Formats: sequence, structure tokens, C-alpha cells
Amino acid sequence: MLDFPLFPESASTFAPKVDALYFFTLALTAFFTLLIFAAVLFMFVKYRRTEENQVGDPIHGSTLLEIIWSVIPFLIVMLLFFWGAQVFWVGVSIPEDAREYLVTGKQWMWKIQHPEGHREINTLHVPIGEKIKLTMTSEDVIHSFFIPAFRVKQDVLPGRYTQLWFEATKTGEYHLFCTEYCGAEHSQMIGTVTVMEKDEYQDWLAGGIVGSSPVASGEELFQQYACNTCHENSGDTLRGPSLKGIAGNAVTLADGASVNRDENYLRESIVRPSSKMVAGYQNLMPTYQGQITEEGLSHLVAYIKSLGSEADANENSGHGSSDHGESHDDEAADAESTESTEASAE
Amino acid sequence: MSQTTHGTTAEHEFPKEHYLNAAHGWKSWLLTTDHKRICILYLISVSVFFAIGGMYAGMIRLELVTPEGDLFQPDTYNRVFTMHAVMMIFFFLIPSIPATLGNFFIPLMIGAKDVAFPKLNLASWYMYLMGSSLALFALFKGGVDTGWTFYTPFSTTYSNSYVSTVAVGIFINGFSSIFTGVNFMATIHRMRAPGMTWFRLPLFIWAHYATSLIMVLGTPVLAITILLVGMERLFKFGFFDPALGGDPVLFQHLFWFYSHPAVYIMILPSMGVMSEIIATFTRKPIFGYHFVAFSSMGIAIIGFLVWGHHLFLSSQSVYASLVFSFLTMLVAVPSAVKVFNWGATLYRGSIAYTTPMFYALGFLGLFTIGGLTGVMLGTLGLDIHMHDTYFVVAHFHYIMVGGALFGYLGGLHFYWPKMFGRSARGFFPHLSALLIFVGFNLTFFPQFILGYLGMPRRYHVYPEEFQVLNVMSTAGATVLAIGYALPVFYMIWSLKRGEIAGPNPWGASGLEWQTQSPPILHNFESMPVVTEDPYTYHPPAQEGAGQPAAAHSAS
Ligand SMILES: [Cu+2]
Ligand SMILES: [Cu+2]
Repeated sequence: MLDFPLFPESASTFAPKVDALYFFTLALTAFFTLLIFAAVLFMFVKYRRTEENQVGDPIHGSTLLEIIWSVIPFLIVMLLFFWGAQVFWVGVSIPEDAREYLVTGKQWMWKIQHPEGHREINTLHVPIGEKIKLTMTSEDVIHSFFIPAFRVKQDVLPGRYTQLWFEATKTGEYHLFCTEYCGAEHSQMIGTVTVMEKDEYQDWLAGGIVGSSPVASGEELFQQYACNTCHENSGDTLRGPSLKGIAGNAVTLADGASVNRDENYLRESIVRPSSKMVAGYQNLMPTYQGQITEEGLSHLVAYIKSLGSEADANENSGHGSSDHGESHDDEAADAESTESTEASAE
Repeated sequence: MSQTTHGTTAEHEFPKEHYLNAAHGWKSWLLTTDHKRICILYLISVSVFFAIGGMYAGMIRLELVTPEGDLFQPDTYNRVFTMHAVMMIFFFLIPSIPATLGNFFIPLMIGAKDVAFPKLNLASWYMYLMGSSLALFALFKGGVDTGWTFYTPFSTTYSNSYVSTVAVGIFINGFSSIFTGVNFMATIHRMRAPGMTWFRLPLFIWAHYATSLIMVLGTPVLAITILLVGMERLFKFGFFDPALGGDPVLFQHLFWFYSHPAVYIMILPSMGVMSEIIATFTRKPIFGYHFVAFSSMGIAIIGFLVWGHHLFLSSQSVYASLVFSFLTMLVAVPSAVKVFNWGATLYRGSIAYTTPMFYALGFLGLFTIGGLTGVMLGTLGLDIHMHDTYFVVAHFHYIMVGGALFGYLGGLHFYWPKMFGRSARGFFPHLSALLIFVGFNLTFFPQFILGYLGMPRRYHVYPEEFQVLNVMSTAGATVLAIGYALPVFYMIWSLKRGEIAGPNPWGASGLEWQTQSPPILHNFESMPVVTEDPYTYHPPAQEGAGQPAAAHSAS
């Protein structure tokens, strides 16, 4: 009964960074609390009232002391600020080369899809020693994805993507919690994260039932909704901008602003096309709000991302003056996306 | 100054005329404009809501004894913790000190007959009554399940509970805060007795001035936010729900723009009470008076700029998080300055062992822990792990119970003899303070550990390995409950049987102790004139010589 943990397991590369900060601030808290308590108790006894009419010494203060006990706490909290910011920076800098999983939260479950297409609900299997990034969204209310053993947490919102990354360092099973209150079964929106050796993970992947990968599902949807009547995926410009090589690129909007076409921009351009019009195009596209599922949207975004990024095509950025000014000369990068065979047939 | 009455047998007579018998009948209470009677009205009402909120707390702790959800349905549990917070925050903690002790003592301390707008003062109580009745009504109908934070789009689109009713209750109650704030500011500016300069004001007044500023500037934002939630719930406006084209994080910004400063509405008045108690029971001026006064204002102002520390993981930009973390760190400095100054005031004091002073002692320790754990949460890298876990729950209870409630209870014991003319002191008040201190720590300290282990807040069911710490917490809550229950008995008992206090039972300085206890309707027989700095205590040899103590250092 009295065998209970006081400290959580530490199983990611990020965890020791957070723990170091924790132990330091904990020591600081303990030191100041004890210092103040001891000083106060000591004076409480030493200067207790011994005679009824006794009064205290009329000491009014000391500017020097005020400066000392303002500057010292200031320096300490600044140290914490910079240290904390540095750790935070590591936490929010999502590595480009990480394996990307899609996570969809809904009342009250976590739906997870591996890059190869495997689907899981409330469980997450990951290989040890590999950078994993989760691209997450919610179908309804706000949730939050928390793995205590990895010291990582990120809110999961409806209508946009948020990301989280980790690299597990220890095999085993760990808690997955929802930490943003989300309704009746909030405390049941939990799961298990299983960290496996790399070869075990490969076996696990091989043994599972494979659906199509997010990119393939996205491509299917692209066909199904006939997106290609307006959007070329090869670099030509039809009524709408070509989707080739746009992910991660900046573009100039009709109102002159420039935006980075990240996952959130792509998603918004599907559900609310009129909200951020690319310069030089007419507002013709209907809204797909509510017509495509959250997972479908994630798949479409994954598909568009697979059509290349700024590495392949960086001519698309900027000059919004010409309506057909989108460049046509990135066919060179085409070879990479020819896995999308049917797409060009239509 | 008469400080010789302390602790001796009743040599005073209970005054024949005072505010309590200046008029009779229920109308004389319900239509009163006397700030002292309005204090009593508020005292009774906030006590009722404290009791209700406390009962809900008991239900939470009882459910969490076991890892399974065996006492309540999940939906019921969610309503229980929501109602606990709504009752405690909006209908107890926010009005607690300002509307009771502030109402009673601001005019007395500055030598005024009443507040600047006595009718507005009464209106504020009626607003409170209306708002809280609506919340009670919602409670009887089944309550709310959104958490006190009402996060969208859960609250606007998904919740099927009485969100609108409670929201309207909080909206109306907001006006009581605004009325009180406006009233206090006007009173402090315009009603000070001759000679009561700004730097002769007791620190209680400075703290309430800072609090009023927040009430007046912050509460309207809460009102607007609630209005937007209401419009979205009723007419599908689409401010917050992304399905309607809104932004759910916008709500969080608006909500915390009020609700973070609201934490200072709860804690600043308590800090004011602490200054009075510590000065009285050391018979010394507060060390660094100006620094303590200005730190209240500093907290109120910087406190408006830190709300984004609740949104580090909400998808807020990293740049915004950096700025908010930096500002959060800054606000820790004036709080630390206060603690150091109170501690330094004990040095070479004449320290009396009284119940209010024990509360002050407890406050210093608990507020220090609460403040430093707040700094931990404001540290960006740490907050990733700690956000929305029990660490946060423990932290804010150290601030709201260890800070705000200790100030309220300490202040109530301190000012009780002035308010009712009879003292409540001795063994039972000491015992109650001790039980509350011990029970509180036993309840909330384990929650820090639970939080770092990763137990999320608002969990009805939890993994087995968290059980031992949860049982400890519930055991502590039982002790705490006994500590809370005791004052009900001895305080009421003291109203009839307590020792007659006389004007100045503690031998304190300050205008409020120069008039009779309980005071007459107009507070003072004649307009008081202030000739000394606050907290001036004369050594016995000079007693009655009317000679000011050593000049105030130009700090
Ligand atoms: Cu949840
Ligand atoms: Cu806050």
C-alpha cells in the first residue's frame, strides 16, 4: 500500500531537460520557504511580547534592503525565464525529419494513424530512438495530448492543426492522458503509449492490418471530390492555383498580405476557401466545411504536402500581380510525384 | 492611546447606542445604506456560499478516495467540481474581504462617516444577491458541467447544462464588483479625514485601492465575454466555434484577461489585512511602508499583462508565450518584496500570540509556497509538463486558501471585536487556526506530487498508482473541514457571551480603534483629525503625551 511513486518515469530525450528545471526550481522553492519560515519562527519566539505595554522598535525600513530583496528575486526569475524559454524552444521546435503520425481527438477517444497507414484507437506504438511528430486536430471540443513519461503536452483544437514531438528513450508502456477538460468522459479519454525496439516495431507494423497511407487516402479524396478540375497537381495552372510544391511556401494574398502555406493554411483553404484568397484568382471554390471529415482533411493536407515543398519549387512565392503568373517550369521535380499515377489521367 | 486593556477582564461596558441597534426590523437591514450593516449582509451571504462551495469540495474529495468512479456518474462529478469553483470564486473569494471587511473598515480607517455612495453600496449587495440566486437556481436545476473556465466550444456548443443561467448570474454579479470598486475608489479619494494624506493611509486601504482598480477595469471584460458566449449559445453567432468560423482560443484570451487579474482581486485584500495584523501584533510600523504600498499597485498593473501564461499550450504563438512568461516572472518580484517586508517587520517587534497573528504566520509560509510554485508554472519549459495537472490545482489552492482565505479568517478574528463589540479568542480560535493550517497542507501538498506524476485535473477516474496520495489529500480535507466548522460555533457564541471588547482590545493604532466597539451609526462622535503616520506606537513612558514617534524615514 505504501509503495507508491513520488516521481514519474522519464522516457524521452526531452524529459531530462524538464526534470533538471524541475529539480532546480524545487530546490529554490524549498530553500526560500524554509528560509522565510525559519526566520519568521525564530523572530516569533525571540521578539515575543513580554510585557503588556511593550511596543516594537520604530524601524521604518531600509532602502538598501529593499533594493537587495528586489534585485535578487529579479535575477533569479530572469534565470528561470531564460532557462525555461530554452527548454520550451526545444519542445516546440518540431524536427523536419520526424516520422509524422496523424492524431484526431474526439469526445472521448484518440484516433491515431501511422505514416504507413496503420490505425489505432487510444494506443500509440512508436519505435525507440526515433523522432516522432504528431500532427493533431480535434473533431469537436478542445482536448490536450499528454504523455507524462515524455514530459510532452499540447492542446488539440478543432479547426486547426497543432504539433508535438518526442523521441522515446526507454521501451515500455506509458500513460496517455487528455488534459483539457472536454466533457463527461474526459477522464476516460486516456490510452497507452508503447515504446518498442525498432525491429519489434517493424514486426508490429508487418503484423497489423494496413489501411492506405494518409497520402494515398488523400489522393483518393482528391479524385473523389474532383479537385483536379480546378487544381492541377503537376504545376499547370487552371482556374485555381496549382498545388504542386506549394506546401510550406509563402504566397501573396489578394489583400497584399503574405502567408506561409502551412498545414493550417491548407486546411483553411479547403474548408473556407474565400477567407485567404491567393492574389490573381477569383473566388470560385465552394466551401467544404462539414463535407469532409477531420481525418479526410488531414489526408488531403498530407497529399498536398507530398506534392513537394519549397525544396522542390520555390518560384511560387510572392509576386501576386499576374493571374497566370504561376511558373510552369517545375516539371523537373515531377518525377518524385509520379507515384500519383491516376491523378494525371483525369 | 489605550493599550492597557489587553487581555484583562471586562472593565468595559457594552455601548448603549451603536449601529446594530440604531434601527430595528427587517426593513432597517434590507434597506440600510450603512456600510457596516451592508458588511453584515455580505458576511452572511458569502458565508452561505462558502459553506455550499465547501460541501462540493467534500464531495470531490470523497469521490477521489478510490481510483474508480464509484460515488458519482462522470457527468455528476463534472458538475460537482464546476459548482465548487463557481461558488468559491465568484460568490465567495472575490467578494469576501472587500465586500465585508473592506466595506466595514475603509470608512472607519480613513475617518469617514460612510462610503462615497451608500446607495450604490446597497445596490451592489442586491446585484450580488440576484447573481448568486441565479447560480443557486441553476444548481438546483442540475448545475453546470463546463468547469469554471467555460472553455469554448465545449461551453458554447457541446454542453447541455445550465451554462446560460450561470453565465447570466456571473454577469449580474460582476456589477456588484464594479459598484464596490467604484465606491471604494471614490471613497478613498474624496472622504479622507483632515490630515489623512495618501501616505498616512493604512496599507489595508492601499491594497483595496489596487483591488478596486482591477474590479473596475477587469470586470467589464468578463461581462463582455459572457455576453459573447451567451449570444453564441442562443443565436449561433460564431465568435468561438470554428465550425461557425470562430476562434476557440479567442475565448481563452478574453476569459483570462479578467480571470488572471481576478486572482489579485482575491489576494490583494488579504495582503492588506496581513499588513494590519502584523503591524498591530508587533506594535511596529510595517517595514518599507512605501514599498509595500507601491507593490500593491505594481501587482495590480502588471497583473493585467500576464494572462497569456494560461495559454502556453493553447496554440498561442511562441513569441507571445515568451512575452507572457517574462511578464509573469516580473509580477513575482513585488509579491516577494511584500513577503520580505512583512518578515522584516517582525524584527525587534513586540509580538503577541493571538489567533490573527497565527493566521499571519500561516499566510507567510503558505503564500511563499503558492507564489514560488506559481513561478515554476510560469517557467515555460516546466509548464509544458505541469499545465492542467494537479500541480496547478495545488498551486492555486495555496494562493486562494493559504493566501486569500487565511487573510479573510485572520481578518475576521482580528476585526470581530470591533464589528460586534465582543471578542472571540482563546483556545478554540487557536485550535481552529492550527487545524486549518495542518489540514490544508495535508490536503494540498500531496497534490503537488500528484501533479508532477502527471495526474490531470478534473479527473473523475484515475490510475491506481495515484491512490495513496489522493487518500492523504482526502484525509487532510477532513481535518480542514473540522477547522472550518469550529468558528461557526465560537463566533456565534461570542456574539452573546464573548468578553466585552472595548474600543481597542488589541492595543492597535489606527482610527478604527479609536471609536467605540461596535461603532455608532456615524462611526465617530466628532470628525477625527490625523496627525501621525500609520502604525505609530508610543513607548509606555510617553504614553498619553501625544508626541509623535520618530519621523518617518524618507524611504
Ligand atoms: Cu479531455
Ligand atoms: Cu493566471
